[in-house]
Amino acid sequence: MKPLLDSAREAVKDIQDGATLLVGGFGLVGIPENLILALEEKGVKDLTVISNNCGVDDWGLGLLLKNKQIKKMIGSYVGENKEFERQVLAGELEVELIPQGTLAERIRAGGAGIPAFFTPAGVGTPVAEGKETRMFGGKEYLMELGLTADFSLVRAAKGDKAGNLIFNKTARNFNPMIAAAGKVTIAEVEELVEIGELDPDAIHTPGVYVQRMIVGKQEKRIERLTVKQG
Amino acid sequence: MNTREKIARRAEKEIESGFYVNLGIGIPTMVANYISDNKQVVLQSENGLLGIGPFPEESEVDPDLINAGKETVTAISGASYFDSAESFGMIRGGHIDIAILGGMEVSENGDLANWMIPGKMIKGMGGAMDLVHGAKKIIVIMDHVNKAGESKILKECKLPLTGKGVVQRIITDRAVMDVTENGLVLVETAEGFTAEDIQNCTEAKLSVSDSLKLYAY
Repeated sequence: MKPLLDSAREAVKDIQDGATLLVGGFGLVGIPENLILALEEKGVKDLTVISNNCGVDDWGLGLLLKNKQIKKMIGSYVGENKEFERQVLAGELEVELIPQGTLAERIRAGGAGIPAFFTPAGVGTPVAEGKETRMFGGKEYLMELGLTADFSLVRAAKGDKAGNLIFNKTARNFNPMIAAAGKVTIAEVEELVEIGELDPDAIHTPGVYVQRMIVGKQEKRIERLTVKQG
Repeated sequence: MNTREKIARRAEKEIESGFYVNLGIGIPTMVANYISDNKQVVLQSENGLLGIGPFPEESEVDPDLINAGKETVTAISGASYFDSAESFGMIRGGHIDIAILGGMEVSENGDLANWMIPGKMIKGMGGAMDLVHGAKKIIVIMDHVNKAGESKILKECKLPLTGKGVVQRIITDRAVMDVTENGLVLVETAEGFTAEDIQNCTEAKLSVSDSLKLYAY
């Protein structure tokens, strides 16, 4: 049984100023909405946040950005957020942009006990600056390091009380790797079920990676609503 | 037909039946609209979907189901979902047959710049740097010249690169060019453009293919 907390506020109680956080989601899909709102309310500052994107101006990680709670952002695409651009150009926010596949693999490696790996992505580009390179089979590769964090915040569609998680459709994205790469992983689930109710073969994230849980109702804002024409 | 549509329709011809395809954001996404019904094609979305379907009816919109451009989509019958590490493993591992990407600049040796304008734009590269090293064939589709009328096909890229020596074919509103060991080879021109016209609006040196198709699209 994993500790099930009554509120998101309680779940993030020990996240201190200066902490490093891994946060699941691609765009606004699969983000732990209530845990982010609780961090905004708590007002914890100087955070290093690792997440593919940084929300939009008024939702998701964009809320922490607007509140000046993020000191450094590590991600792959932050183009949806005007405040982000403003803070970077004004020197208020540090940013490290990483190729999306490299980001995913660095987090996977971090959670899987692999300190570094070689990838072709970024060779001959600004991403390669200051990085060790090596030739394999006549082709050049960059060494990239595994990533871990003090806390990982993820969202799943379903979880059982043993911490086993199942994600829905493209809301899976970075969540499984992030769940494995946090010293403390907090899972926000839309629906909590009893142990034994989930098919063991259908579980995406085994409970061993999850330290605490909350149940949270999601708004699931849509960034770009596109429907069939005519 | 506007130039975006013209480029997208020409790019569709690069896709063969049975291909797994990744389409970049912008004009590349439009290519999906023109895929012939005779072709069996599976579209990959790097946020974790193999088998992108058409946009949903209003009643079937699922906020948990988007493409890499963050648009709501559907999944085709036979689709699969997976996490981002698996998605890029699939890309880097050479399992995607073709990636069609947008471009700001391409050089004559196949360097691509499409992610950053220093001092102006802070968006990030997303999955482009991984894609250019993974897919079996990389095709860049873009306007031949920029808004100021200057060639986007250069001897050397001026903008920070996305990848070095990664592009195999360039398709523009005016021409199709292949990147070869001997530099750029002009293989097709669009309606209204001679080989000379194309060289005149291209900074990089072009050689003309023996089998050049004039007014091909």
